[in-house]
Amino acid sequence: MRLIKNKIEHNGSGAVTLFPEEPEDMWHAYNLIRPADLLRASAIRRVTTVQDTGSTTSTRVHLNLEIRVKNLDFDPQSSALHVSGQIINETPHTKIGQFHTLDLELNRNFTLEKEVGANGEGVGWDSIAVEMLKDAVDEGGKRRAEAVAVVMQEGLAHICFIGQFQTILKQKVEMSVPRKRQGGGDHDKGMGKFFRVTLETLLRQMEFNTSITSSSNNESVRPVLLASPGFVASGFHKYIQSEASTTTPGLKRLLPSMVVIHSASGYMNSLSEVLQSPAVKTLLADTKYARETRLMDDFLDQLRKETNKATYGPREVESAVDQGAVGRGGGVLIMSNRLFRSQDIAERKRWVTLVDRVRDVEGGEVRILSSDHESGKRLEGLGGIAALLTFPIIEEDLDSEEES
Amino acid sequence: MSRSRVKNVDFEDDDYYDDDGYESADPEEQEHLQRCTNEVLSQLRTGQPSLTVSKEEVQEALWHYYNDVEKSVNYLRGSHTLVGRKKKKFKNNRLRSKVCSAIINIPRCVGRFSLAGLENAIALERLLALDVIMALNSNLGFIKGVCLGVWENVLTGFLVPVYPVPLSPPSAHFSAADFFRDSPWLNVPSHRKADILVEPLYPRLGLLGGAPEASGKMSKLAALAAARKQKESGQATSNTPPASTSESQQPEKAKISLKDRLAASSKAAKPSEGLAGLQSIRRSAKPSPPAQKPSSPEPTKVVPTPAPVPKDQPEELVDDKEEPQQQIPEIRAQPSMFASAIIGSQTGPKMAEPSRLHSNHVDLLQIYGVDHAEPFDFSEPSPDDVVLKAQSTAKGFKSKTPASKAGGDKKGQAGLAGDMNNLSVEEKVTVKSKNLDVLAEYNKSKRKRSANFVVIGHVDAGKSTLMGRLLADQGAIDQRTLDKYRKEAEKIGKGSFALAWVLDQGSEERARGVTIDIATNKFETENTAFTIVDAPGHRDFVPNMIAGASQADFAVLVIDSSVGKFESGLKGQTKEHALLVRSMGVQKIVVAVNKMDTVQWDKGRFDEIEQQISSFLTTAGFQGKYISFVPCSGVLGDNISRRSEDSNASWYTGRTLIEELETSEPYTHALEKPLRMTIGDVFRGGVQNPISISGRLDSGSLQVGDQILTMPSGEKAVIRSVEVDDDSSDWAVAGQNVVLNLANIDPIHLRSGDVVCRSSSPIPTITTFTAKVLAFEHLMPMLVDIHRGRLHVPGRISKLVASLDKGSGAPIKKRPKIVAPGTVARVVIEMDTAVPLEAPTRIVLRTGGSTVAAGLLE
Repeated sequence: MRLIKNKIEHNGSGAVTLFPEEPEDMWHAYNLIRPADLLRASAIRRVTTVQDTGSTTSTRVHLNLEIRVKNLDFDPQSSALHVSGQIINETPHTKIGQFHTLDLELNRNFTLEKEVGANGEGVGWDSIAVEMLKDAVDEGGKRRAEAVAVVMQEGLAHICFIGQFQTILKQKVEMSVPRKRQGGGDHDKGMGKFFRVTLETLLRQMEFNTSITSSSNNESVRPVLLASPGFVASGFHKYIQSEASTTTPGLKRLLPSMVVIHSASGYMNSLSEVLQSPAVKTLLADTKYARETRLMDDFLDQLRKETNKATYGPREVESAVDQGAVGRGGGVLIMSNRLFRSQDIAERKRWVTLVDRVRDVEGGEVRILSSDHESGKRLEGLGGIAALLTFPIIEEDLDSEEES
Repeated sequence: MSRSRVKNVDFEDDDYYDDDGYESADPEEQEHLQRCTNEVLSQLRTGQPSLTVSKEEVQEALWHYYNDVEKSVNYLRGSHTLVGRKKKKFKNNRLRSKVCSAIINIPRCVGRFSLAGLENAIALERLLALDVIMALNSNLGFIKGVCLGVWENVLTGFLVPVYPVPLSPPSAHFSAADFFRDSPWLNVPSHRKADILVEPLYPRLGLLGGAPEASGKMSKLAALAAARKQKESGQATSNTPPASTSESQQPEKAKISLKDRLAASSKAAKPSEGLAGLQSIRRSAKPSPPAQKPSSPEPTKVVPTPAPVPKDQPEELVDDKEEPQQQIPEIRAQPSMFASAIIGSQTGPKMAEPSRLHSNHVDLLQIYGVDHAEPFDFSEPSPDDVVLKAQSTAKGFKSKTPASKAGGDKKGQAGLAGDMNNLSVEEKVTVKSKNLDVLAEYNKSKRKRSANFVVIGHVDAGKSTLMGRLLADQGAIDQRTLDKYRKEAEKIGKGSFALAWVLDQGSEERARGVTIDIATNKFETENTAFTIVDAPGHRDFVPNMIAGASQADFAVLVIDSSVGKFESGLKGQTKEHALLVRSMGVQKIVVAVNKMDTVQWDKGRFDEIEQQISSFLTTAGFQGKYISFVPCSGVLGDNISRRSEDSNASWYTGRTLIEELETSEPYTHALEKPLRMTIGDVFRGGVQNPISISGRLDSGSLQVGDQILTMPSGEKAVIRSVEVDDDSSDWAVAGQNVVLNLANIDPIHLRSGDVVCRSSSPIPTITTFTAKVLAFEHLMPMLVDIHRGRLHVPGRISKLVASLDKGSGAPIKKRPKIVAPGTVARVVIEMDTAVPLEAPTRIVLRTGGSTVAAGLLE
C-alpha cells in the first residue's frame, strides 16, 4: 500500500489517502477502517430517476462518495473488503443519509478520515492505528514474497498462502482414498487421483502457467512448502517430478522452489510445525510470521515450565501489567489484532490504553500478532492476549468470568 | 413399448416378489399372526353358520390374505361351506419351486384379468415347462370356470377361491371336444404325442405379432407329453377327478370358445390388440395340459376374473360394491386396450402402455391385492410391483416393525402413498430384509470364541513380521504365497521383510519397509477365532494405530530386545502406544519381547525388559494379572506357536505367544444398544458392490436390507449385503469386523470416520463437548487433533474447566492456567465442523505429532 497523502493532526484526527496495490492491502484496510470513520472512495451507484410522466430510468454512475462507516465485511479468500455506511457528501445523484456499500478496489485511491469526538465518538489515529498504518505502508516495496504451503495427509490437503500478515486457506482438497486392503490396488490408484487433483488445484490457486513458453517470467515463482506426516508429501513431490518429466514440462520451473517438510497432520493446526522447520526458516528468513511463531513458542514454553513468568487472559494480563511485571527487561505483551478490530469503541480504547501503558510507561515490548496467522490463532485460544513477565507473579484465583 | 416387453417386466417383478421374506419367522410377525388367528377363529365361531376351523387353516388363510382378518373369514367360510375342499393343497403350493410359485403368483397379481395372467404365464414357459403347465392348468380351468358360469362362487363369496377348478362336472353344456373338433393335432393317439410334431393347420397367429414366442420353445406336443408325465407322477397327491384325454382337451376348447367370443366382442378394438388377445389364447392352448394337477395355483390368490362375457359384467360390478375394502371405487383406471378388447368393455381402448410412472395413481387398497374384483388394466404396475416398491421405500420403517406389512393398509396410508409419489423417477435398488431377530440368530449361532487384538510397539520392533509368522504358522497363509513374498523381498534387498509382507500389502509400505496403515488378518486356533490388527509403529502413523486400537479387545505389545533398540523404543512409541491402548479401554496386554535371537536368548536381558516394562505398564494403569511376557523371535518363529529349540532359550518354560493369546477371556459387546459403527474405510468392493464400507460394529446389530444413516452427512443407505470376516452373512452384531455393501447412496457422503447408525436413534453431531482427560503433556487452551477410531478432526481446547483428583474425580483447582502431565482435567473442546460423537466415547487428543491427552467424553 502506498501512502499518497498524510494529514494526521497532533490531536489524532486527520485523514490519509492510501493506494492499495496488492490483495493483502485490503486486509490492512480492514484493520485500519473502524466504524464511525469517514471513508471516501470512488463508487458505482445505480441511480433511478423518475420522470414527470412516471416512467423510470435507471443508470449506473461513477461517483466519489464519502460515507460514515457502519459496518465492514472482509472476505479473506478473495481479499475483498466491503464497507457500508451512510453517505455524507451530496452529489447530484445521491442524498445525504442514503446508505451505500463501498467496495474498495485495488489500484484505486481511498481516503480514510478519523475524527476525535468530544465524548468518545471517535478515537482518531491512536498509536495502534498509526502502527498499523506503518505496517500497511510498504516502504520501498521490500515486502517478502509470500509462500504457498500445502499441508496434506492421505486424502486431505490444505492449500494456503502465507503472507506477511495473514495466512489464507485458499482451498481444501478432500478425497476419500481407499485404505490398503488384502490384494487391492485401490489405495495406489486413489492416491494417484488425489495427487492429481491436488496438483491441479494448487496450480490453479497459484495461477501458475504450465505452458513451456511462459518461462520468461519465471522469477516470480513463490516457494512451495509441501508438508505431511509420513510419505504423502514426498509422494506428492515425486508425482510432480514425474509429471514435469512426462506430461507437463512447464512444471519444471516450479520444482526448484519446492520443499518437502514433515508435519504432524494434514490440518491447518500443524502449520506452525511447518513454519518452524529449518528448511522453511532458511527459505523465508526473518519474516514477520516467523518472528511471531517464535514468540508464541517462547511464551508456551514459559507456560509449560510453570515458571509463573507467563500469563494469559485479559484480566490476568491486566493485573500483571498493574503489578508492573510487563516492563523493561523482557516483558512482552502479546496481543491479537482482533482485539483492536472490536466494534465497541470502549473496548478498543481499553486495549489501546494497555498497549500505550506497556510501551510508554512500563517500557515493555508490545507485539501485535495477526489473527489471520497460525501464531495468532494459537493466541486466540488463550483469549487473544498474553504476556511474558519480567518476574514471576503468583496469581490469585480469578473466579470472574473470562472474556472470550 | 411392445406388449411382450411389458410382459417380461411383469414377470421379473413377480419373480422378485416371491423371494420376498414372507416366510420369515419374526416374533412380531408371529405375534400379529397369532392375534389375527384368534380374531378369525372368533369371528368364524360367532358368524351366522358357526364354523370351527383348525388353527393351521386359519393361519394359512391369513398368510394368503396378508393377515387380513375379514378376507380370511370370508374365505374360510366360503371354502368350508361351498367348496369344502381340503386345504392341504396349500402346503403343496408353498413347497413349489420358485419359478412355479412365481407363476402361481401371476394369477394372483393380475387376477382380475386372468387372460393377462395367462399371457404372463406363457412368458415363463421358456423357463420351466412343467411348472408352466401346472400354472396354466389352473388358469385354464379358471377361465373355464368363469365361462361355465360358476358364478355361485363369485356371488356368494366373492373371494372364495375357485378351487383346484372343478372342471369336469359342469362341462355338460360345454364340451371341450366340440371346441377342438377341428384341431387335427389333438386326434393323435396319446401314446405318440410326444414323438410327433404336427404343424397346426390353423393360421399361425404368431406371424401377426407373436414374435417373442418363436424363440426356441418346446413344442406343444413335447409340452403335452411332459405335462402328462407330470400329471401321472403327481396323481397320487391329487384329489381332483382323474384327468382323461378328453378332459385334457376341454380347456383348449374353452379357449377356442373364448377366442370366438373375443372375436365377437372386440370389434371396436384395433386389430393388433385383438390379435394380441388371440395370440395369448393360442399360446395358452399349446401345452394342452390335463385339467387337474396337484400343483394348481393357490386358489385364494386366484380371484375370479371379470367375465370375459359382457353379460356377466354387471354382476361383477355389483360385487365390487359389496366388497368392504372398496372404499374408493373411482380410483379404477381405464382398462387398457388389451383389457378392453377382451372384456369388450364399453370404455374402449384408451391407453395400452403400462407404465411404472403411474404408480402414484395406485391406491393403497390395491397394493395388497385386496380388491381383485376390478378388471386389471395394464396402465398401472402390477400389484406386486407396487408392493415391492412400497417395501423398498418403507424399508427402514419396516425392518423395525415387520408386522406393519400386514397392517400397512390401515396405518399410514397417506405416508405410503407419499412415498410412492417419490419413487417413480429414481431407480432405487431394493434389498429385501429377512427381518431376522439378529440377537436371537446370534445366540443361536454356534461360533467360536472370537477375539480381536491389536499389535503395537515401536517402529521396527518386528510387529508385522511377528504377525506374519503367526499367520504362517497357523496356516492362515499358504507356503506358496510366502515363498513368493520372500523372493520378491529378496529382489529388492529386503529379505527379512518377507513375513511382514503378509500384512504390509501396500506398495509404499513394501518399498519403505514400514507399516503405514493398519492391516487386519485372521486366523483360528482350536477354540478361538482371532482377528489381528497390525498397527503401524512409526510416530507419523499413530492416527492409524489409534484406529486399529479402537477395534481391539486386547493388545500385543512387541518390544525389540536388541541392544539399543529397546531403549530407543521406550522413549519412542512403545510408551505412547501402551498409553493409548490403555486409554482406549484395553485391559489385557501381552508383551512379546521380540528378536531374542539377536541377544542369544539372554535371560538377563529379558528380565531387565520385563522389569522395566511391567513397572511402566502398571503406572499406565494395567493390572498386573493382565500383563504377561513372552520372549520370542518373529523371524525364526521361536516361542510363537512352537517352543524354541535353541538351547539358550531353555530357561523359558512359560507359555508360547499363541498360548498366551488363547488365555484371553471372551469379551462382551453392547448388542442391545443402538447401532453404531465407525467407518474405517470406504472402497469399491467390486463390480457387484460399487460402494462398500468396512469397520467394526461398536454397538447394536444390523442385517441385510436395513436402512442405515451415516453421520454427519445424514444420508441414508440400504445394506445390500454384509460380510463378517470375509464371509457373507445376513446379519452382524457388535464386536464383529464387517464389510457392508451399500446401495442408494453416493460415495461422496461416506468418509472414513463417519458413523453408521439408524435413523430411529441417530448419533448426534456436535461441535463442542466436555471431556475428562488424562494429560500426557501440558494442556492449555490450544489447538489439538481429536481422534476417535478413524475419526480425526482438528479442534481446540477452549477452556480448562478444572483439574480433578485422580481417584475421586473431585475438582482440585478451578480454571487452571495449565494442566500438568499426569493430571486429570475436565476440558471443553471445540471443533470447527460438526462431528458425530456421543458420550461415553473414548477420545485421544494429539498435537504436533504427539499424544497430549486421552479421556472420556462426558
